[in-house]
Amino acid sequence: MDAATTARFGALLRGHHDGLLKDWTARVMGGLHGLSEAELGRQVEELYAALLTAVDEGGTLDVGGPASAELRAVLAELSRQRAQQGFTSTETVTSVYALKEAVTEVLDTNDAQQLRDFVAYSALIDQLGLFTVEVYARAREELISDQAEQLLELSTPVVKLWDGVVAVPLIGTLDSARAQVVMERLLQTLVDTGSPYAIIDITGVPAVDTQVAQHILRTVVAARLMGADCVISGIRPQIAQTIVMLGIEFGDIVTKASLADALLHTLRAGGYEVVRRPPRDA
Amino acid sequence: MQRVPVLRLGDVLLVSIQVDLADELAPWLQEDLADEIVATGARAVLIDISALEVVDSFTGRTLSTIAAVSRVLDAETVVVGMRPAVAITLVELGLTLHGVRTALTVELGLAVLHGGPTASLAAPAADDLRASP
Repeated sequence: MDAATTARFGALLRGHHDGLLKDWTARVMGGLHGLSEAELGRQVEELYAALLTAVDEGGTLDVGGPASAELRAVLAELSRQRAQQGFTSTETVTSVYALKEAVTEVLDTNDAQQLRDFVAYSALIDQLGLFTVEVYARAREELISDQAEQLLELSTPVVKLWDGVVAVPLIGTLDSARAQVVMERLLQTLVDTGSPYAIIDITGVPAVDTQVAQHILRTVVAARLMGADCVISGIRPQIAQTIVMLGIEFGDIVTKASLADALLHTLRAGGYEVVRRPPRDA
Repeated sequence: MQRVPVLRLGDVLLVSIQVDLADELAPWLQEDLADEIVATGARAVLIDISALEVVDSFTGRTLSTIAAVSRVLDAETVVVGMRPAVAITLVELGLTLHGVRTALTVELGLAVLHGGPTASLAAPAADDLRASP
């Protein structure tokens, strides 16, 4: 927007300050549900003030310019908040586009000059809207990648069951990235604890296909290379059927139906004997 | 170039590989070990690779060859102390160190050789390894 148009925009914003603000807030209110009027009012006011600052400082208004830094910051903050609160991108951008409608109300569209100005204002508001969408999308992507990372951390614990026996209870779908994390964790734990036995429990894995089996097999082979033996446990009847139907061969790897069986097996292999003491007579 | 020292522990030969097995070093180690097994009548060879951060296919093959030569001389080979990263790389390369038994530490490796409890879980696997050429 050139300097003269920007100046006229500034004058318009100032001249109709209260009216525009009220109209804008009302329009934003109509498109959003779940935010209080006071909070919305504050947000719009903040945005309005930032817009005025940008107009005053720049001389010419440009969304990417240095004068609009504060405006961008306010928009980004608003957009991030909306993304985190779970609003859709349309609902978020409507907050910006509502200004356009509010401005239309106060302009005399029969006046050729004002109409030309409105086209310029409109282009500016479109740019602001686009910027908002971009920030919104980025915020959502960050949110998703953060959650994925947290999930990865959460879902791959390696626990010690006995002296020399560690277990990995796998929960959820096992994709390549997770399989890699599981493998690294398990092998590192084997080294740290000096455990010669590991149990991979797949009770929480919803489905086993050839790829998942491949991941598990690779983990077992790597553990063997390091000198530790793995037992696979928690194979549900359905999964056992799938494994046979897919023709997956576990070779000489010991498989057990339950974690308890697997623990007993490793204890026996480790030289322990599990004995139930007869109840003492009174 | 320095050679890899071969230490004698009773009837077990202990080799700790500290440096990358470069081209000439590998055959030297093979020769030294074969000589030593014959000279001492050792029953087993324990190779500690905990210092190795990289094991390539050449090193892997060297270890397999050592195991094969030792077996001909009636000595078992146990590779101990492999790092997780090395194990993952070997699996990704598809190398399985044929004919080599493994253990987490030197101590556990000795236990395996003495038929300790750790050797019994993978009894069929161990038999397979021993039977294979």
